[in-house]
Amino acid sequence: MAADAPSPTGAATEAPPAGDAASGTPSDDALLAVEDLRKSFGGIHAVDGASFGVEAGSLTALIGPNGAGKSTTFNLITGVLDPDAGSIVFDGTDITRYRPYQVANRGLVRTFQIARELDEMTVLENLMLGPRGQSGESLWRSVLPGTRRQVQAEEIELRERAWETLEFFEIDHLAEEYAGNLSGGQRKLLEMARVLMTDPEMVLLDEPLAGVNPTLSEKLLERIHELRTEGYTFLLVEHDMDVVMGHCDPIVVMHQGQVLTTGSPEEVRNDERVLEAYLGGEVGT
Amino acid sequence: MSASSISGRVRAWAGVSDARLLLLVALGLYVLFLVAAPLQGYDLNGTFNSLRRITFLSALYGILVLALNLQWGYAGLFNIGVAGFMAVGVYTMGILSSAPTSTGAGLGLPLPVGIVGGLLAATLVGVLASLPALRLRGDYLAIVTLAAGEIIRLTIRSPVFQEVTVGGVTIGTGGPQGMQLPENPIRILFYEEPAAFASDPNAIGKAVFPFFEGFGIEDTVVVGWAYALVLILILGLVYWLLVRVGNSPFGRVLKAIREDELVASSLGKDTRWFKVKVFALGCALMGLGAILWRLSGGYTSSSSYMPIQTFYVFIALIIGGAGSNTGSVVGGAVFVALLFEGPLVIRRLISNLFEIGQVPRTFFDALGSLAGLDPGPLLAYVVTDVNISALRLVLLGVVLVYLIQRRPQGLLGHRKEVASSVDLSERSGTGGEK
Repeated sequence: MAADAPSPTGAATEAPPAGDAASGTPSDDALLAVEDLRKSFGGIHAVDGASFGVEAGSLTALIGPNGAGKSTTFNLITGVLDPDAGSIVFDGTDITRYRPYQVANRGLVRTFQIARELDEMTVLENLMLGPRGQSGESLWRSVLPGTRRQVQAEEIELRERAWETLEFFEIDHLAEEYAGNLSGGQRKLLEMARVLMTDPEMVLLDEPLAGVNPTLSEKLLERIHELRTEGYTFLLVEHDMDVVMGHCDPIVVMHQGQVLTTGSPEEVRNDERVLEAYLGGEVGT
Repeated sequence: MSASSISGRVRAWAGVSDARLLLLVALGLYVLFLVAAPLQGYDLNGTFNSLRRITFLSALYGILVLALNLQWGYAGLFNIGVAGFMAVGVYTMGILSSAPTSTGAGLGLPLPVGIVGGLLAATLVGVLASLPALRLRGDYLAIVTLAAGEIIRLTIRSPVFQEVTVGGVTIGTGGPQGMQLPENPIRILFYEEPAAFASDPNAIGKAVFPFFEGFGIEDTVVVGWAYALVLILILGLVYWLLVRVGNSPFGRVLKAIREDELVASSLGKDTRWFKVKVFALGCALMGLGAILWRLSGGYTSSSSYMPIQTFYVFIALIIGGAGSNTGSVVGGAVFVALLFEGPLVIRRLISNLFEIGQVPRTFFDALGSLAGLDPGPLLAYVVTDVNISALRLVLLGVVLVYLIQRRPQGLLGHRKEVASSVDLSERSGTGGEK
């Protein structure tokens, strides 16, 4: 339980109680800055004044026990839900209350906890859906003879990128399969591939490794690291502590809708309060 | 050569291109109706007319099913107000282009103005009806469109709008009496005075009619065939349009909306706008189909736009395979020929081949004679006008249940019609420089 609950009206004033220097106030050069985010469902404060930042080029983890508000935070950032209060700034733009497509068009794209494939579309179609600003997404450009040629030229280029992305994730042998026929792990790969096709600046991964076998997990993590060195920024929610401690830095810990602490794996590992949060306050007090 | 290898060859040949497949379906249905014609006691004129009728209806259903396929098959928009949007198209055209003196007075504007106006009105009403519902889940759109369709039909039927004078101009829907529409535009091709019921043929008419009369084929059948062929042409254009719409990035987004709208919007697609556009285009095409249908008879009434009309279009689409444009056209033709006209053909066949005696008054009277091993009265009972159309509904229900159980994807819904303007499986990289 939280040490001292912030009063409902007391806004952003040094949000998390007893936080260390790193937590709470996101630095100015953060690519994504979440400030005092709040969302309640009925009487439940799912997100209750969460603030954190994600540095450009980092692989940041968002962890916390079940019900800590991680998924709600994701949904608030990506516009699936509207926050009751607080602000979300991405790349210098206030994207609070943006609709999901607007968030995505800013270059902030997400995957889903349970891979949401477009079952009755082929793997290639799934990938080709990704790229932003396709001129062929206008009805008349796709139809009229003159502009259709331009659409086709564009699609030939995108097709090449789609195949390269499939090869990168080693699922090119499934290219013409319906997405619905893929295994759980393959779906996760496909979802990552589709997100990358949007050419994002930052990717939000909601439990990308859940239900993925260890070999495939390794492969996926390898890809994520590779992409990070290429300049992509990642924020991921994950329950597998080995993965989080071994691969992510920094780590944002959420508990009861608030950010408990932020720090490197060592700092988080040695933080009594984190242990307490995970074990329900019975140990380490 | 065994039968299976022949059917295998036919399948292989038809699988090559959609054009061949459509041709094969058309050919098959024509042969079926040609064989059935003499059995129904038709002479050459009657045979030609029965072929004209399935051509005419297949083309119309093709257009309507394609429009619904765009909305439901591609984008997953559950529109069960098809009949209503059809009515908006027809009545708007009628009000703009019918003669001011006709029942259900019109403005007497040129027909092209009326047709364009009808399409615009269907589009507009489609957008208005759907705007609030498109923001919500699919079921709400279904409820709203069903209600809209009925409101439109009842409004048209209402005596209040039979004739309304606004600012000295009298227009109206004709209310329960129905509305006279401009004459069939194809008559311009053959007659001196197309509007007159009995007109002398013009130069073309004089050249064409006697030739066919030599075979005993009447002028009206020739004119009807000409109209049916024009409809086939228009169906071809609509098909071409919708194949392009489907096989494009636009079509891809539609499919994504159908599969999972949240995913589509999470990838940066403004799904609401896509849905409005596609709903508008679909409604316009429904209006077009209905206008072409009713222009052939020069008359329309609200009874043509009952909800059953919507369900006919849905059944045709389910038969053909939702999501497939080619399947839509096939579904339209198969529905018209086998399910819609089929029972009527069988009825005429039975009345022609068997001596139909006294028709029993009730179903139980008909059953009673079965005990005496005489199926005649039951047969006679079944093939009465009223009962055969009731049986048609039973047949439709059985086919639907069977399809949903055994082949929910319809005839062609299983095919991978990849939504893209280029062949995605082909790589420019592997085939050298592009």
